[in-house]
Order: sequence, then structure tokens, then C-alpha cells
Amino acid sequence: MAKALLESTPNGLYCAQGDFYVDPWRPVDRAIITHAHADHARWGSKKYLAANTSAGVLRIRMGEKANLEFQPLRKPLTLNGVQVTFYPAGHILGSAQVCIEQKGQRLVVSGDYKRQADSTCLTFEPVKCHTFITESTFGLPIYRWPSSESVFSGINDWWRNNQAAGKASLLLAYSLGKAQRLLAGIDATIGPIYTHGAVEKLNAGYRAAGVAIPDTAYVGDLDPKETDWSRSLIVAPPAAAGTTWARRFGKLSTAMASGWMQIRGTRRRRAMDRGFILSDHVDWHELMQTIRETEAENVWVTHGYSDVVVRHLQEQGLNAKTVETEFEGELLVEPSENAEQSTEQAK
Amino acid sequence: MNDFCNLYWRLDATTKTTEKVAALKDYFEVAQPSNAAWAIYFLVGRRIKRLVGTKLLRQWAIEKAELTTWLFEECYDRVGDLAETISLVLPPNESGEDIALQDLIEQHLLPLRSAESEQQRSKILELWQRFDQRQLFVLGKLMTGGFRVGVSKKLITRALAQHAHIDPATIAHRLMGDWEPDADFYNLLVDPNEQETAFSKPYPFFLANPLKDGPDLTLGQPQDWIAEWKWDGIRAQVIRRGGETFIWSRGEELVTEQFPEVATSAASLPDGTVLDGELLGWDDAESKPLEFSQLQRRLGRKKLGKKLLSEVPVVLLAFDLIEHDGEDIRSLSLTQRQERLTEVIQQASITPAKPNQSAGELFRTEKEPTRTSSILIPPAVATGGRVQGDRVQTWKELEAIREDAREFRAEGLMLKRHDSAYQVGRPVGDWWKWKVDPYTIDAVMIYAQRGHGRRASLYSDYTFALWKDGELVPFAKAYSGLTDAEIRKVDAFVRKNTHEKFGPVRSVTPELVFELAFENIQRSPRHKSGIAVRFPRISRWRHDKKPADADKLETILSMLEG
Repeated sequence: MAKALLESTPNGLYCAQGDFYVDPWRPVDRAIITHAHADHARWGSKKYLAANTSAGVLRIRMGEKANLEFQPLRKPLTLNGVQVTFYPAGHILGSAQVCIEQKGQRLVVSGDYKRQADSTCLTFEPVKCHTFITESTFGLPIYRWPSSESVFSGINDWWRNNQAAGKASLLLAYSLGKAQRLLAGIDATIGPIYTHGAVEKLNAGYRAAGVAIPDTAYVGDLDPKETDWSRSLIVAPPAAAGTTWARRFGKLSTAMASGWMQIRGTRRRRAMDRGFILSDHVDWHELMQTIRETEAENVWVTHGYSDVVVRHLQEQGLNAKTVETEFEGELLVEPSENAEQSTEQAK
Repeated sequence: MNDFCNLYWRLDATTKTTEKVAALKDYFEVAQPSNAAWAIYFLVGRRIKRLVGTKLLRQWAIEKAELTTWLFEECYDRVGDLAETISLVLPPNESGEDIALQDLIEQHLLPLRSAESEQQRSKILELWQRFDQRQLFVLGKLMTGGFRVGVSKKLITRALAQHAHIDPATIAHRLMGDWEPDADFYNLLVDPNEQETAFSKPYPFFLANPLKDGPDLTLGQPQDWIAEWKWDGIRAQVIRRGGETFIWSRGEELVTEQFPEVATSAASLPDGTVLDGELLGWDDAESKPLEFSQLQRRLGRKKLGKKLLSEVPVVLLAFDLIEHDGEDIRSLSLTQRQERLTEVIQQASITPAKPNQSAGELFRTEKEPTRTSSILIPPAVATGGRVQGDRVQTWKELEAIREDAREFRAEGLMLKRHDSAYQVGRPVGDWWKWKVDPYTIDAVMIYAQRGHGRRASLYSDYTFALWKDGELVPFAKAYSGLTDAEIRKVDAFVRKNTHEKFGPVRSVTPELVFELAFENIQRSPRHKSGIAVRFPRISRWRHDKKPADADKLETILSMLEG
């Protein structure tokens, strides 16, 4: 068998034939980036290549100085004789799968992805391939997402009930992706919507990319004494919970939107008033469906419950293995959210 | 069932007691008495025993969800709760049907007890198809027990009292003891005109609060207080009414048959007597309690052999009288109640254990077993206000006496205001428990295991070791004392430093040192270390210590001898 198109190295997933890395965790000469979350798009590499749908948010995340190049979706590009094509991954705005192809062998790095509908980004497209590299953040059969409509209607009810009780509604969600998905999904006619600075910055990126998001106001622009928070929804990253920043809102109900909220123990441990089950990753059932749709005979499983998923796939007769990466694995908060927390705190 | 499910999820969604009470009250406003009775039954922590084995439930869930056993176990390991795991892996039903809680339990669940496992299986598979995930979770809890939703009996009592406009103490009393979860019981429970209390019912126990920093100015003078040893046994009420005896543990289990010697002695009490006291294994030679581990041998047995009865005789040390001549005397002062207690016990020809001249001498000189009864009056710790014994003038003197507690196998002192009424629950002010400082030792963590419930998926249960001949010997397990943030840090350490996995347990690099606190040390040939410690918990994380700085097993053995 020919040398695999990708290998795990101390710097990250490396394609020797094409001399490039995908989502490297240390600075390299050429990095291909699946999406703009901090554990996938890291600073310090010389050149970056990403799908052109991610241009706006990636620039916000990587800064003006980063050397970014963009490629249209589904349009192949050849790097040292290796063909590279981006396909939508449905995770957040601009997230893409990277299809790497040479001599009839095709390998797909899916990055983070989801299958649920999301009006703020393009829907995941299954790509038939020989080798499929998948995350396994929620790789256990207990994870089965409720429909996003039912989640949004639950959030709307919670917001209205809080209004009736004279309490502000603080909704915690990752500032890139989840926050915008929530804003686009809820009923914005219920009351005013305020945002944390980290969220507001990315709202601007989404709006610039033509994504419809209701009007929001940055909390920092408002005089805390003059503002009646009790009717409002405030969207902030998880790290904002329990901080002095959150104290200004007075009487408050706090909720978190995350796939981890599926488990009662996690919900209770976070001491949230409410937990809404909404994830930008696939649940177990979508994960298995996606693997079937790619028709891949080799499945490499990265961050999450990789051992469980690998063993299960092997029992199904697939050639599966765990690939160690430095993408954030089993953490209490959604992996991407954790990366977000550290950047929030660094400010 | 939907009303009950909604109540459950409302309770689950909040940590605030006012909101919990409001949710309960709203439920009682609309619930049928027959359903409300069952709801109370489960929320106070009762369960239907021997309904369906959890092994079988697992097996059927695995079958229905088309999973392999190992995959189900991985799920369970993550969730930490069987009912929840099952509800999450079963094929989903978009909407569940509503069925009265009483009907679900009495028509569908209770008949399972007498059914063959094949009938049980088809019935359960049928039930699983009728409900959505949240209902399935609640159904699972009904079957497996353990509704831990942060609702205490006190909150239920408060909600019922508000709903029925009755004094909470009355509700608390009516909720004690044995009752059948039916409409009659519920109607009686919330009836403002009902006077009679049931024949066998114990009173709600009066519980003490910990006196963490010792007596302060708010306590006033020692002369206003009665000090007693705080015993390490089983708190119990002994009831003698209508020629019958009932012994109730604080956990509201009827334990009369487990303590025949106490029940026999109680038969000579006059009708209309309720004693409050502590059940203890008794060492007649030393006239002091046996180790708690000896008493444990007497618990949970179907049959008590002669040998065990003679090796571990049990007594009740009666320290309070709450019903006298059929009259509820809880509003009398403690001094008055204890005077009557002494009379009652003397009249019943029960010999109180003889108190000695000073606290240091208590029990010690009693060599020959002279007792004729298994109900004793515990000798007083010398203090002001108490009839017998010396008076102490200062808190310092009392503190010195407290240091002797371990010699008498006591955990410390109880301080009770001499004019205190016998109250309900754990009100602050009149009764305090003032324990001796725990033993502490620095130990190394060597194994970790995932927790359950709130701590599922985190490595939060640890095994600790001490040095012996250059080796680390495990001696205690502990799973409390760290903050959530610390647990998260230890969890991350465990994941990065695992050596071997044995099922749910991981052995880890012996690197982290913790100070453990515990109440007591006992010899135990069953343990590799040769000792067993009581109530071990983590008192702090010794970031400043390396594993080599941890204590030796010898250190703890010297505490045992000392």
C-alpha cells in the first residue's frame, strides 16, 4: 500500500507528499486550516490556506499580520502534486473539510462538523473517500441531539419567563459560531439583546459575510445604571459566568447552550439555572451516519471518545484507528469553548 | 405522570430552595391525593424494594438499543446513573403518553414484583415504548430508587405546610414512621382538623449543629448548658405505647427486631413513653461502648445468632424523654424532661449506669457488669445545670474534658441548653455538637475512580497510601473535601498519569499528596494496612509536599496506641 497521505507528527497532521500541515498545533511553513476556532487555527505559521467562506472570521481571529490565502469551495488546488479541495463542514461560518487526493487515493479531514441545519453556515457535504478523519467529541450513544427548533423554543420560553420574573437572561455560548447560531435562531422580538465584547466582534464578522443576525448591542457601550437589563437576553462566552462583568445585570438567570448539557450531572455541576442541548458537533448517531455516507474503509478518529468509536467501528468491520492530536478532547466545556476561555482571560 | 415529571424537572432546574418549595406547592395544588401520596413517597427517598433487578434492566436496555455490553458500560461510566443512561440510549419516542402516577405504579410497576423475568421483560419493553426521554428517566428512577433532586424532607414539609395551612412541625410528625402511600394517608397528612397521631409514629428528631470554632460569646456561660458525650452509634427513639414496643432509627427504619435486648428492656417502660437516645454496642467489662465496627456486625442481618448477641450486646443510652404518660412533653425544658427521664427509668427498675466523681473517671472503675437492663442513662459529663456530677466554671475546663472523649469512644461533646425545648429538625441555637478535632495524616494518592451522579465522568474518588518499608500501602478511600475546581485539576492529572486501568479504577503516578482527616482508627485484619479509618475525607491538597514527605504507616499505628 502506498504511503498514507497524512501522518501524525509532533507539529500536527502532516502531508509529506504535499509538504503541508492541516490544523497544526505548532508553527509550520504551510498550514491548511479547517476553521477559525482557536484549537484548530493557531498563531505563528508562515502561510495559511483556508476556504474563502472563512475569510472574515479567520482574519478577525488571526489578526492583520497573518499571511492568509483563500480558496473557493469545491475548487481543487494543487500543492506539490497533491490536490486539495475544501467542502463545507457545517460546524461554524467558513468551516470546511479538507479533501487531499493523489494517485487515486482520497483522504478527507473533516475538522469539526455537524449535520443539523444551521442558518449561519453552509450544510455539511459528505465526500466519498478512502480514508476519513473524524472528531469524536460526542462519540457515545447517549448523545442524541433534540431538534434545534425545540431547543430554540425552549430558550424563548426561558427568556419570557425570566422577563415575567423581572430577571435578565444570561445565555452562555462560545463566542464564535454558537453565539451567532443562537442569535439567528431565537425570537428576537421578545426583548433587547445585548452581547459580550467577544461575541459582538464576531457578530460583525458574520454580518459582513451576509449572515442574517438580529440587532444586538455591546454591553460595554451601555451605561449600567441607565439600562434596564431585566427584559434582555445577554449572550456571552462561558468564562463570563460568575465574574464581576456579569454582576452588573442584577437579578439573573444563567443558562448554557452546549452538547454536554445532555447529561444531567454535567448540567448540575455547572450550577446553571438551565442547560440547553445545542452543539456544533455531530452526535453519535450522526457520526455513524456520516461515516457510512463517506463509504470510507479507513477511519481515523481524533479528539473525544476516540477509543470507544474506534472499537465500535472495528466491530463493524472497518479499518479504524485513533490518531492522537492536540485538538481539545474530553473537557467539561465544549472543547472549542475552553480555548475561547483562555483567550478571553488573556485579554 | 406528566405533572410529576414536570415537578421533577422543575426541581432539577433550580438550586434555590424558594423555587423548589414553590414548585412542590404548585404540584400539591393540582395533584390528586393518590398521586401526591406516591410523589411524596419517592421524593422523601423511599423506594419500592425488589421490583426488577438492575442487571436485567441493563440487559433489556442493551437489547432494545442494539448496543454491545461494553458500549453500554462506557455510556454508564460517562453518565453515572443507570436510569439516565437507559433513558438516553433507548430509541427515542417523539412524545410520551400521560398516565396517572398511581396507575403507573400500582397497575404497571408493583405487579412486576411477582412476575417471572420473561413477563417482566415484555412489560418493561412495552413501557419503554410509551414515554419520551424525560419520562423514561423518571420511570427509571421509580424503578431503581434514589430520587436525588435536591429536595429534603424539610422542603417537602414546608411546601405541604404552606399548601395545607398547617404547622410544619405537625406535617413533619405525620410524615414520620411507617405509612402507606395512598389517598387516605395524603388526606390525613394535609387535614388541618386531624388530631390523632398514629400509634407507632416516632417524633421528628431534634438534631444538633456543629460547633466548628468552639464555644463563643453567643453561648453565654457554661452554667446554662448541659454537656453530654457525643456517641458514635445509631440515634434512635424507643416507643412504648399500648403494650407494644417500636424502635425507630434516625433514618426512620423500624429496627425493633434488630435489637431484641433493648426491646425486652423497653417492655418494662410504662405505656405512653418515648425515649430518645443512642444505640451502641456495649463493653460491660469496660463499661463503655464497643467500637462502631462491632455494632456494624449487628446491622442488616436477617437472623441474630446467640454468639453475636453475646459478643456485641447493644444498649440504648437514653438521653431524652419526649413523651410521658401518653403526653407530648417536647415543650418542657431539657432539665425537666431529664428529671422525668430518670424517674421513668428508675420506676421501670432499670438501673442507670453509675456516674463517677469526675469526667476523667467516668466508666473506668466500673469493672463488674451490674446492669440488669439494656436501657441506661448515660452518665453526665460534669457541668453546670446537670443534676449529677461536678460543675465546671469555664469553657476551658470543658474543652479539657472534651479532649478525653476518645477514651470513652465518644466523638466529642454535645452541648444542650438546659432550658431548651425538644424541637423539630436542625434549628440553630440550642443543641450543638462539639466534636474533638479529627486525626490528620499526609498521604499519597495512588488510585482514582470516576464518581457518580454530579461527579460522573470526573475522577473524584481516590485511594490513598502511606509508606511502609519503602512501599506505599493503601489505607483509605476518600471522595470528599476538594472543591470542584480542585477535582477538575486532579481529574486532568489522573488522565495524564494513568499507569493501568482496572475496570473503572486507574492506578496513577504516586505524585499528589493530600492531608486526610478521619475520626477514628480501628485495627482491621481484612485490610492490607492492618487498619481501618472512620469517615476519611480530604482536608487539603498539600501542594507543598512531595510523595516522599508523606507519612508512614507507623505514624498512624502510633495514633492507634496513643
